[in-house]
Amino acid sequence: MIEGFTALYIFMLAAFTGYEVISRVPVILHTPLMSGSNFIHGIVLVGAMVTLGHAETGLQMLIGFVGVILAAGNAVGGYVATERMLEMFDRSKSKGGA
Amino acid sequence: MSSFIEIVYFAAAVIFIVGLKKMSSPVTAREGIVWAGYAMVAATAVTFLSPAVYGHGFNLLLIVIAIGIGSYVAYRSAKRVEMTDMPQMIAIYNGMGGGAAAAIAAVELVRFADGHDIGGGTVQVLAVLGALIGAVSFSGSAVAYAKLQGLMNKTLRLPSHQALNIALFVVTVLFGSILALSGEVSGFTVFLFFLCALVLGIMVTLPIGGADMPVVISLFNALTGLAVAFEGYLLGNAAMIIAGTVVGSSGTLLTQLMAKAMNRPISNILFSSFGSAGGTGEEEDIAGTMKEIEASDAAVTMAYAEKVIIIPGYGMAVAQAQHKLAELVQLLEDRGVTVKFAIHPVAGRMPGHMNVLLAEAGIDYDKIYDLDEINPEFPTADVALVIGANDVVNPVARTNPDSPIYGMPILDADKAKNCIVIKRGKGSGFSGIENHLFYADNTRMLYGDAQKAIGELIAGVKQL
Repeated sequence: MIEGFTALYIFMLAAFTGYEVISRVPVILHTPLMSGSNFIHGIVLVGAMVTLGHAETGLQMLIGFVGVILAAGNAVGGYVATERMLEMFDRSKSKGGA
Repeated sequence: MSSFIEIVYFAAAVIFIVGLKKMSSPVTAREGIVWAGYAMVAATAVTFLSPAVYGHGFNLLLIVIAIGIGSYVAYRSAKRVEMTDMPQMIAIYNGMGGGAAAAIAAVELVRFADGHDIGGGTVQVLAVLGALIGAVSFSGSAVAYAKLQGLMNKTLRLPSHQALNIALFVVTVLFGSILALSGEVSGFTVFLFFLCALVLGIMVTLPIGGADMPVVISLFNALTGLAVAFEGYLLGNAAMIIAGTVVGSSGTLLTQLMAKAMNRPISNILFSSFGSAGGTGEEEDIAGTMKEIEASDAAVTMAYAEKVIIIPGYGMAVAQAQHKLAELVQLLEDRGVTVKFAIHPVAGRMPGHMNVLLAEAGIDYDKIYDLDEINPEFPTADVALVIGANDVVNPVARTNPDSPIYGMPILDADKAKNCIVIKRGKGSGFSGIENHLFYADNTRMLYGDAQKAIGELIAGVKQL
């Protein structure tokens, strides 16, 4: 378990990092970027797996099961959508004959 | 084994941040998402080895089945969706993440109700907070999806909606406090808390108009990140804390950027509806009339121009006209016409949405300009071609302080020598405000579906 203040420091540093990393993003990438950060919180899948893993009663398992489905949907859907959008920005591929 | 898992989680967190950084430039963006994808796969794979998962035979089976179902459904839908419908798909995937975070908290709270120790103190408070945020994000995103997909009436306001929302919020927080602070809870309280939180998400999102939806989706995205971070704390998982917080803060910044581009403070978007403000500017006199133009004449004007600036809007996206447009641009450039694209920050339904559509049609992003870059160029342009855009070129945003969109930065299409507007019908835009540009002396209207109209322009240019 992560101790209270250590967690607070992690929160603080990660928050600044997120802010800085995004701050110079051109407008053209806003939608893919929103989709990309949407994919990254798909890491919730890891937590959902652990939760379902130690579920004991039927109710816990049911909720955990739904949680894992949703989390997997977030991760996979977020990835495919972002990748499809960004593929179009890839010059070598998107140019075609034009 | 557990330190191996920790190392992989750590690496994943680092790669997520690097990936996000890479996504901030068009050249490296694709690399960024692919890296992040590998990190996600690695993090998921090592989780199977963790003591909470490994060895719980039946639960392990459930996990595999659930991942299979979720992945399959999401993969199929994400592969199939049209680029035009991307915003609502992002909303739905985001909502799923929020729902997952809420589900984690729900299981832990039920365990707590069943007599397990889940950590107590701060852990319990953050778990409940994450559950609240995640549940609101889940149901709110579902409403956002339904609205953008056209499954739901545009705006719906109950009588004294605002007061109702506040009351609901207070009740939800009350149940949440009971869960967060007491040493013993009942399963029924957990149920009531989640029910209230889910209804709250729906109620908050219902009255918000479609035009403001991108900002709301972005906000829910940031909120989901935060919920994930809180649940990460509950589970003692640093990767979730870091990735969630990074998304939370970057998502907040992105939301601010969008709201700023629309000149609408976030509080305005959340607590008032755009449509109801539209009444004021409408009744005033508009000088001039709308003048129609034939496609062939418009084609001639453009073919003999030196510089054409194209302003695509949602109408182009709806008509799926971006490929035809690329063809027209190619024809014009072959004739030596300089063609540039002017993209308003909120063109389409989301910042950058239009760029994605243009990129899909193979239009080079070097030709695409932001509002600030392109506005000084309009006076030197021979033709401004407006395709299915309306409010973002409405000069009343500069001139009429009474107008609801007054002060919103617009593209100065009215300053070009000629302005050709492709428009489906004579109605007003999303906000319901009359567009004075359409009545200007140098403006000509070309009525019709964007795809068909551009097709006629292509035919016209080819004949010359």
